[in-house]
Amino acid sequence: MLTVDIEKKLGAFTLNARFESESGATALFGPSGAGKTSVINMIAGLLKPDRGRIVLDGDVLFDAAARIDVPAWRRRIGYVFQEGRLFPHLSVRHNLDYGRWMGGHAADPAAFAHVVELLDIGPLLERRPGKLSGGERQRVAVGRALLMRPRLLLLDEPLASLDAARKQDILPYFERLRDEAKVPMIYVSHDAAEVRRIASRVVRLDGGTVAATGGVELLTA
Amino acid sequence: MFELTSQDWTAVALSLRVAAVSTVVALPFGIAIATLLARKEFWGKSLVDAIVLLPLVLPPVVTGYLLLITFGRRAPVGAFLADHFGIVFSFRWTGAALACGIMAFPLMVRAIRLSIEAIDRRLEDAAATLGANRVWLFLTVTLPLALPGIIAGMMLAFARALGEFGATITFVSNIPGETQTISAAIYTLTQVPGGDAAALSLVIVSVIISLGALVASEWLARRATARLHGS
Repeated sequence: MLTVDIEKKLGAFTLNARFESESGATALFGPSGAGKTSVINMIAGLLKPDRGRIVLDGDVLFDAAARIDVPAWRRRIGYVFQEGRLFPHLSVRHNLDYGRWMGGHAADPAAFAHVVELLDIGPLLERRPGKLSGGERQRVAVGRALLMRPRLLLLDEPLASLDAARKQDILPYFERLRDEAKVPMIYVSHDAAEVRRIASRVVRLDGGTVAATGGVELLTA
Repeated sequence: MFELTSQDWTAVALSLRVAAVSTVVALPFGIAIATLLARKEFWGKSLVDAIVLLPLVLPPVVTGYLLLITFGRRAPVGAFLADHFGIVFSFRWTGAALACGIMAFPLMVRAIRLSIEAIDRRLEDAAATLGANRVWLFLTVTLPLALPGIIAGMMLAFARALGEFGATITFVSNIPGETQTISAAIYTLTQVPGGDAAALSLVIVSVIISLGALVASEWLARRATARLHGS
């Protein structure tokens, strides 16, 4: 379970978010500029809150009062960025292996094969990220995050850079991911239709604060 | 017309050795300083920046003189290094390499710094979320992405070292077989009546080496860039 209670001043804008998320997929939903990406950057450890606490499965990742701030590289939280951010100098296969190398784990061919099959990226393994289409890149980015064996997966508008047809191609992979990978997910999006397909719980963020939390019925509001 | 005496060959070999050693030894320092200047804000940064650039703007003779009073056999740093580590610079080829390395350092740092500044920091954030600590992140993401700039910096440093004359001759003199590089040998020949014909051979060699270094680095940098962009 993830508990977030944070405050951060970003220029003239103050972000004040407080919510909990259970297993399965939780959507962080709201218009652009609501502070969604900043919230997950703080969960990932890429942005430091001014005040508050972040606890994942009983493990305190951040606590301003207790001066705890676990660095990003030790949080074991997978992050799928909006633009993929694959390493351009490594092949797809090495991108996928990167998290395992950094974690110092032995090769696990079964897990590798499972993720490759789940995301259907087998034919891309020897290619370089520069030669991939947008949809392929995002699938590899998801695979890379999964193979580091994350405790939590953050997805920041992973479909935003794709056109409508491509989105429809990729969404089923995310549904499979939610159902088969068994990793809790925070799915950031401003697209209600997309969120409805992926998430069961919704945290609606507006103007830097949590406007409502609940089920998918919030999406119509 | 094209004839090299054994003394010429010695000068050519020495030049190559001095340039190669100064470039390779300067490289780790160059990468460290370039990273520091590209990434960190600290008190006195503009001063460090200025000191690194200094050999580029100072008359080389002045740099050579400063080396002499710092690294000479009886100078403070020179005596310390000689007594404790057995490293002697004065009137040795190692001194020539030191002078060349310092003269070439600004060019090397500049090229590497620019390439580090051009790196997309978001890729480093991605590496951090994948479990890379600062050292691994630097080795597996920052350095490989800066590789074209590192190659360019090494080439510039190598070429600068080959051409270095003033600081070297001031610091370690012009001793055949020890500190007489191509430039110094050409200079010596032109000081002798009728020596300019003999100097021409060395001039040709010098042009060939410089062109070769240029072509090789261009090719390497292009390959490195192509690797980054996915072919």
